[in-house]
Amino acid sequence: MTESIALPAEPHHATRGGLMRWITTTNHKDIGTLYLIFSLIMFFIGGAMAMVIRAELYQPGLQFVTPAFYNQMVTLHGLIMVFGAVMPAFVGLANWMIPLMIGAPDMALPRLNNWSFWILPFAFTLLLLTLFLPGGAPEGGWTLYVPYSLELGYSFPFMIFAIHLMGISSVLGGINIIVTILNMRAPGMTLMKMPLFVWAWLITAYLLVAVMPVLAGGVTMQLLDHYFGTHFFSVAGGGSPVLWEHVFWFFGHPEVYIMILPAFGIISEIVPTFSRKPLFGRTSMIYALASIAFLSFIVWGHHMFTSGMPVSADLFFMFSTMLIAVPTGVKIFNWVATMWRGAITFETPMLFAVAFIILFTIGGFSGVMLALVPADFQYHNSYFVVAHFHYVLVTGAVFAIMAAVYYWLPKWTGHMYNEFWGKMHFWLSVISVNVLYFPMHFLGLAGMPRRVPDYAVQFTDLNMVSSIGGFVFGASQLIFVAIIFATVYGGRRAEARAWEGAHGLEWTVPSPAPYHTFATPPEVVG
Amino acid sequence: MKHQRFWVWIALMGVGAVPRTMAASLYNLPRGVTPISHEIYGLNMLAFWIMCGIAAVVFGAITWSIIFHRRSRHPKPAEFHESTVLEVVWTVIPFIILIVMAVPAARVLLRAENVHHSEMTVEVTGYQWLWRYTYPRWHINVYSRLANSSLRIAPLNSGLSPYSVPHYLHSVTHPLVLPVGEKVRLLITSKDVIHSWWVPDLGVQMDANPGLVNSIWVRIEKPGIYRGQCNQICGWGHAYMPIVVVAEPKAQFQAWVREWQERHPADADDASSPTPQGS
Repeated sequence: MTESIALPAEPHHATRGGLMRWITTTNHKDIGTLYLIFSLIMFFIGGAMAMVIRAELYQPGLQFVTPAFYNQMVTLHGLIMVFGAVMPAFVGLANWMIPLMIGAPDMALPRLNNWSFWILPFAFTLLLLTLFLPGGAPEGGWTLYVPYSLELGYSFPFMIFAIHLMGISSVLGGINIIVTILNMRAPGMTLMKMPLFVWAWLITAYLLVAVMPVLAGGVTMQLLDHYFGTHFFSVAGGGSPVLWEHVFWFFGHPEVYIMILPAFGIISEIVPTFSRKPLFGRTSMIYALASIAFLSFIVWGHHMFTSGMPVSADLFFMFSTMLIAVPTGVKIFNWVATMWRGAITFETPMLFAVAFIILFTIGGFSGVMLALVPADFQYHNSYFVVAHFHYVLVTGAVFAIMAAVYYWLPKWTGHMYNEFWGKMHFWLSVISVNVLYFPMHFLGLAGMPRRVPDYAVQFTDLNMVSSIGGFVFGASQLIFVAIIFATVYGGRRAEARAWEGAHGLEWTVPSPAPYHTFATPPEVVG
Repeated sequence: MKHQRFWVWIALMGVGAVPRTMAASLYNLPRGVTPISHEIYGLNMLAFWIMCGIAAVVFGAITWSIIFHRRSRHPKPAEFHESTVLEVVWTVIPFIILIVMAVPAARVLLRAENVHHSEMTVEVTGYQWLWRYTYPRWHINVYSRLANSSLRIAPLNSGLSPYSVPHYLHSVTHPLVLPVGEKVRLLITSKDVIHSWWVPDLGVQMDANPGLVNSIWVRIEKPGIYRGQCNQICGWGHAYMPIVVVAEPKAQFQAWVREWQERHPADADDASSPTPQGS
């Protein structure tokens, strides 16, 4: 700030009360809270759909829903969990924590920030409204493969516009994060000194800005094919349905890293705190993040090994995909080395972080297996794939988000959550989630395809086990909500440094963090 | 060996109860009946054991830390936070392990994709929701739908038990009949949306893309009945387009061809009739 500008006195509370505060807010903490609440709601809506899916799959035969409605559940569950639950949760964490971690007073573009959030409720209202249209919601899966996607009725344009809105929201959010990190760091906070969560988000934000427009372009091509007589995706008119697969996965693979890189950042914050030891291999962690992000752009074909690509393309994508295991391995080894010979305590955030390391690694194992093209001829689109991506996204991304919520909840609310119930939530979740997803590996290997409402009877036992795990996992999340409510409204007072082993600027401000922090930038030394 | 593997899987499952049905193929890929499916099985097991080895090391270290480096046992944390040697080692070793898997995988891939010198061709066409098998040499068209026995049971609230028929959702009106021992090229396409032709025992999964033709080959070693199903979401009937392949010795296969031609003389006149409703 130049001295010639007269600044109004900083109010220490929101200037408006009630609903208008939340609609008009430009405060990064308010907006972070909005994102987090929104994503929690979406987590439950998408989760309810998963419960419908697991209920139907509990036994062979159809008991509850029609095949068309089942396909709608599969599609909406995917879209809502990816775009409504996981991504907004990470953006919410970014909003709350990045300014606090880099010593900035707010995000660089606060009004844009408000807008990026408030687009989302409209996008998802549009998407969920399709359930009430004649013909129902979209049903081609979240991958929207053509021509099936083009056969949709009224839901098609709703879905396309909803995706456009989500994309705009993400791109604006991504730009804001990049600009904030690059311009608003406190004096002395050099790039290499930035916390790993901030690094992870800087890289993620570039991925967002790079690939969301690809998805937007792709769905616009679908829109044109559907209503304006173009033939991007139909062979009869000179296009190809496989082109859509390329466009989608060119977006889709970086997208899955958009959902995991911030999780890597979170784990890199939590593990050192509770091991009371600095993060092992900090520099290599940052390089690993960057190389994973780079590789994410050249591996999309591994989603298409059965699409009939030329063998040279299969080989290229197999090798490039396997390479990802190297930087990912480095990250996992570094976390383990961070724990090694620490003085570890196991509060709920650490429990979720350790579970993340183990279970995400299991997801990584199946990922390497899936990269082997000939083996993928058997695994592809089977329940083995469903197991794989739920291990990386639920016990990966979602567990990291939960770890982050427990870790920073004292900072947000000024209260400690109840440790007993936090551990209860963890143990119920970690056991049930494995009962839910582990049998899916076997189902896939034994030949059960994904996205079917009904199956041959030899798959019954494992589906029953999986469904029971699913119901318990779903119910356990109610504890999570109860804990959050209880912590917002009460609980033991949290100190500024809520965890004795925690380092970083966010722990230098009081708990709860005042409405405005770092109006004067802190000096970062050492 | 087989037994041991089974118990490893069970242990991994973390489920104490032994499930009701316990054929080995319920927990792992089938070995299958084609050279490629055997090789895929081998790759699968190679990768699986390598992953088990890595898991033992990584999870072992984590478990060790959890037990022995907790604050109650190890109150003074060490201060180290980097080691160039260690970091180079755990970058290079995974790289080598990956090569160990990538080389055989690439070899198998090249064999799996080599459709040259096939002795026979069958065109496989996906429709919502059935498969058509065309034998161009004999002008035979086989329309293969979900068998009526399953079709009666499948609807919501049919009140009928899927256990009451053999091979619920895995039986068809007319199977794809193939000769044993011949290299058969399958040309796979679709007439509407994308489908995928997947028979685990044959080690084959290939998308059926509308307007494009994909090719893959099989050489079935053993007579038998091999079952699979469409593996790309293709509409509400996606779960209801099974694949049944009947592999027969060459003489029986030729007898089947003659018999089919006698029963369906019309096919010979118009082998390209595309309407599935016509059959």
